[in-house]
Amino acid sequence: MSTIDYSKIGLKIGLEIHQQLNVGSKLFCSCQPELFKDEPETTFLRRLRPTQSELGQIDPTTFFEFQKGVKIIYEANRKSACLVDLDEEPPHSLNMDALKVVLTASLMMNMQPVNEVHIMRKTIIDGSSTTGFQRTCIIALNGWIKVGEKIIAIQATNLEEDAARKTGTEDDGKTIRYRLDRLGIPLIEISTAPVIYSPLEAQQVALTIGKILRDTGKVMRGLGVIRQDVNISITDGTLIEIKGVQELELIPTVIEYEVQRQLGLLDIKEELHKRGITKDVLKTEFVDITNIFKESKSKVIRKAVDRDHKVFAVKLSGFAGLLSKELIPNFRVGSELSDYAKFWGRVGGIFHTDEMPNYGITQEEVIKICKTVSATEKDSVVFVADTDENCKDALKAVVERVQEALIGVPAETRTAKDDGTTRYMRPRPGAARMYPETDIPSQIITEELVKNIQANLPEPAEKKLSRLMTQYTLNEKLSKQIVDSEYVILFEEIVKETNVTASTVAAFLTETVKSLKRDGIAIENVGEKQIKSLFAAVGSGLLAKEAIAEVFSWLAKNTTKTVQSATIALGLKMFTEADLEPIVDRIITTNKNIIEKNNKDAFSMLMGIIMKEVRGKANPELVSKILKQKL
Amino acid sequence: MSEIKNSGYSGSALRLLQSANCQVGDIIRITYKTNTYEGVLIPRGESGDTTNIIVKLKNGYNVGISATVEGINVEKIGVGIKPMFASPLLPEQNSVLPHVVIMSTGGTIASRVDYRTGAVRSAISASDLYGVVPELSKIARVDTEIVFSTYSENLTPKNWTDLAQKVAERINQGIDGVVIAHGTDTMGYTSAALSFALQNLPVPVIFVGAQRSSDRPSSDAATNLIGAVRAASEAPFAEVGLAMHETISDSAIVVHRGVRVRKCHTSRRDAFKSINDFPIARVLDQKIIMQKDDYQHRDPTRQLVLKTNFCEKVALIKFYPGMDPSIIDYYVSQGFRGILLEGSGLGHVSIFCFEAIKNAIAKGVIVALSSQCIWGRVNIDIYDTGRDLLNFGVVPLDDMFPETGLVKLMWVLGQTSDLKESKRLLKTNIAGEFTSRSLPQEKIVYGAQ
Repeated sequence: MSTIDYSKIGLKIGLEIHQQLNVGSKLFCSCQPELFKDEPETTFLRRLRPTQSELGQIDPTTFFEFQKGVKIIYEANRKSACLVDLDEEPPHSLNMDALKVVLTASLMMNMQPVNEVHIMRKTIIDGSSTTGFQRTCIIALNGWIKVGEKIIAIQATNLEEDAARKTGTEDDGKTIRYRLDRLGIPLIEISTAPVIYSPLEAQQVALTIGKILRDTGKVMRGLGVIRQDVNISITDGTLIEIKGVQELELIPTVIEYEVQRQLGLLDIKEELHKRGITKDVLKTEFVDITNIFKESKSKVIRKAVDRDHKVFAVKLSGFAGLLSKELIPNFRVGSELSDYAKFWGRVGGIFHTDEMPNYGITQEEVIKICKTVSATEKDSVVFVADTDENCKDALKAVVERVQEALIGVPAETRTAKDDGTTRYMRPRPGAARMYPETDIPSQIITEELVKNIQANLPEPAEKKLSRLMTQYTLNEKLSKQIVDSEYVILFEEIVKETNVTASTVAAFLTETVKSLKRDGIAIENVGEKQIKSLFAAVGSGLLAKEAIAEVFSWLAKNTTKTVQSATIALGLKMFTEADLEPIVDRIITTNKNIIEKNNKDAFSMLMGIIMKEVRGKANPELVSKILKQKL
Repeated sequence: MSEIKNSGYSGSALRLLQSANCQVGDIIRITYKTNTYEGVLIPRGESGDTTNIIVKLKNGYNVGISATVEGINVEKIGVGIKPMFASPLLPEQNSVLPHVVIMSTGGTIASRVDYRTGAVRSAISASDLYGVVPELSKIARVDTEIVFSTYSENLTPKNWTDLAQKVAERINQGIDGVVIAHGTDTMGYTSAALSFALQNLPVPVIFVGAQRSSDRPSSDAATNLIGAVRAASEAPFAEVGLAMHETISDSAIVVHRGVRVRKCHTSRRDAFKSINDFPIARVLDQKIIMQKDDYQHRDPTRQLVLKTNFCEKVALIKFYPGMDPSIIDYYVSQGFRGILLEGSGLGHVSIFCFEAIKNAIAKGVIVALSSQCIWGRVNIDIYDTGRDLLNFGVVPLDDMFPETGLVKLMWVLGQTSDLKESKRLLKTNIAGEFTSRSLPQEKIVYGAQ
């Protein structure tokens, strides 16, 4: 895949980085921004309806979601949700601390704050917010950052509320459960201009923006607090919006796959033109083929037919072989059609003759299907088994999608999977989703506020590097690593609050954490508070510094436990002087001959033997003190 | 030019927009230094800084840009779409379904953004409401009529009279049910008023409101309206009811009796509760489930009796510790004919007020008594101070809560000027406003959900 010349195909990438802000409460109420794992204290049911925008339009995506007739069950507890989150009380005023963080980040990116902030409602009726919209506002526009030697234009910074967390679906997807703990947590959104031209550069830009955000000292850490959306286009393709890339490292893969997918679709377009296929031969003529499967041995189809569902088929003229063409690993043209059918037709998936015989469907049945829809070996036949209405909606979506294939790449919003592949999510929404938030007055950003924040911006990275080197006498390599890490503020706080040496803290927060992550430890599970109490234990002699990694790993696995319980569970309680004395005595006695033979070096040899036995459980200084006394 | 003048802009912003000949809805470009903003010019509220120009950017976001910065330039570059509400197409009518009229009076149920204040305003007609809830056409043949277009706090007893007459017209034309979309703040007062004004009803009259404005996807307007239309078209009772959410869930709609219902929460969807009574019915999964059996049955042949007069010279006075009795004297001196006293507990008022109360009654003012506890029954036989009030001629209103008591007193004094007859009417059960038994009700506690 590295053989693609990205400049030749006109690859353009824009990023939208979302990160949760850590300002102690939610954006429009005083609830704690904390997720809960227990059973909810309150649940309630809602339905959402499409509404008109300020300009009188109804967003088609929104209308479609409504037609699906989805019910939503919300889950809440007292700590993290109040009537505001339940949409049972109007929002309180905008969290000014959150606004200040966004202004800080904006000014660090050389942006121009707007003079008056207008909070907007962005309609989203999938249930992810109780209101049916996300409150969002533009704070600043027109900025830039430097990535390497290149200037990257930043279009806008927004302040918005995070959505509720999906916790499950029931009833064939007709009922969705969401948890309200995450709803309303302040998010900053940073959008770059589409001026990124390679997958690797996109990752670098995301990294740089991430660093700026961390430098504000007011962003959340941990899994799921940062989310990248990637907008990708190539010259002959189209703009595709990919939502929810959680891992920074995944960005280049997502982009490479998307480029491959678009190039693959363009190949198909060319092939279709070669085959002389035009839009009017791709007809929305659906044929009821249920009878063919009355005695079928295919379990999937029989299951549907036995439930009185129908099987409908449509002929895709001239499409033979094209549906099994792989676009990205494990993702064929057929999968693309299937995603459309699932979304628009509420079906479980589709069957097509390119993959037949399969799923217990026999060659004879395939022949019958082709005969019924008058398909030849040049054609492909797609069929689905579901209710009459769902079948027709699904096949209509399939035909419309293959008609798009004649034009090239349809504009879509796609969602990123953990392996970097993407799936169809919905059509791209437009500006028709926006409506002013009438419950909250506009917020003036005064010149004074801007000046004040400008004068107190966080230290730039280069300055910080040299300061860390001198202030903590760290070497350049370690200083650079700590500046680049997400723990730089935490590092300084730990060093200030405990008497653990700076190099120990820095080495752990960079090299050790990195290698633990490589070993598969879920490092994001350990919060800053826990890391701090871990070092506090080391600083006060309750824990040996050699045991830090072990305790950290244990905490990553036992997310609700404390450092204290970790030391007990791991048997890491430090030896006191009274514990150590008998051990030292014993080792002196059993090693009498060493002491007699090596009068001079006996001390260091015995230290070695003792430490080997008590490593991780004893402070070496204390051991050395006792040993000196005993000798 | 007039349009830009009414768009909320003033000072340098207005001058700048005028000189560039910009109208609301135009696509404009604002430039200063290296900054450029392009978008649709949006009218602005009177709050905030009126010299900031509000532009809707291409992505749909609104931002305010100061017109006072140096070197600013505004130009019109095209014509866009003005902010508007597009009246939806009305669904097709099914002639075999019951015939129902939706009358709109305004309120949250019919609200959209108002550019004067930036908040919401009653702006949608009954017909638009019907259009945005097309499911209604599967329940009934729906007529729509705008009666008022205002918030409920602006309504007066004169409006109750008008509304009752409009409803009577429809009923006399043979409609199967009436739905009245109303602002929630005083909806309980209006439903009580119509309960007294529309006697001997042949069909149901159902009030309905919304706690979340209908311009938001989560609005309770649609579910409440569907429940109300269902009740108006099919319910077996012929009374004034009020249909709103039963809980915070969008599942059951509950119909309260018009004289027994009160708004008990500022914002929740289930703000309305039946006081000292059970609701008449619930609407669940499109079915009406009756909750009471002592109701007036639907009977299209029954002849409606219309008694629409209300006396506005009636005051509601809440007793509180240290209340100055001259407050009562004031109303008497202003020619008020009735006072509804909100006593404490079982219905008590400080002895400091006794002289003023005696004086009022002596001047021919009807003084009636309810409790500020809202729930429960007044009983002034228990303590001596209560018995004193009785002896003065105060009329205790049993388990009628103060707002319904006030409306009833207004209605009674609108019917007769005879003191004895007034007292008799006050104590007569007209529309289920009294019950003789207080039954244990499920607890209604908002804090413990």
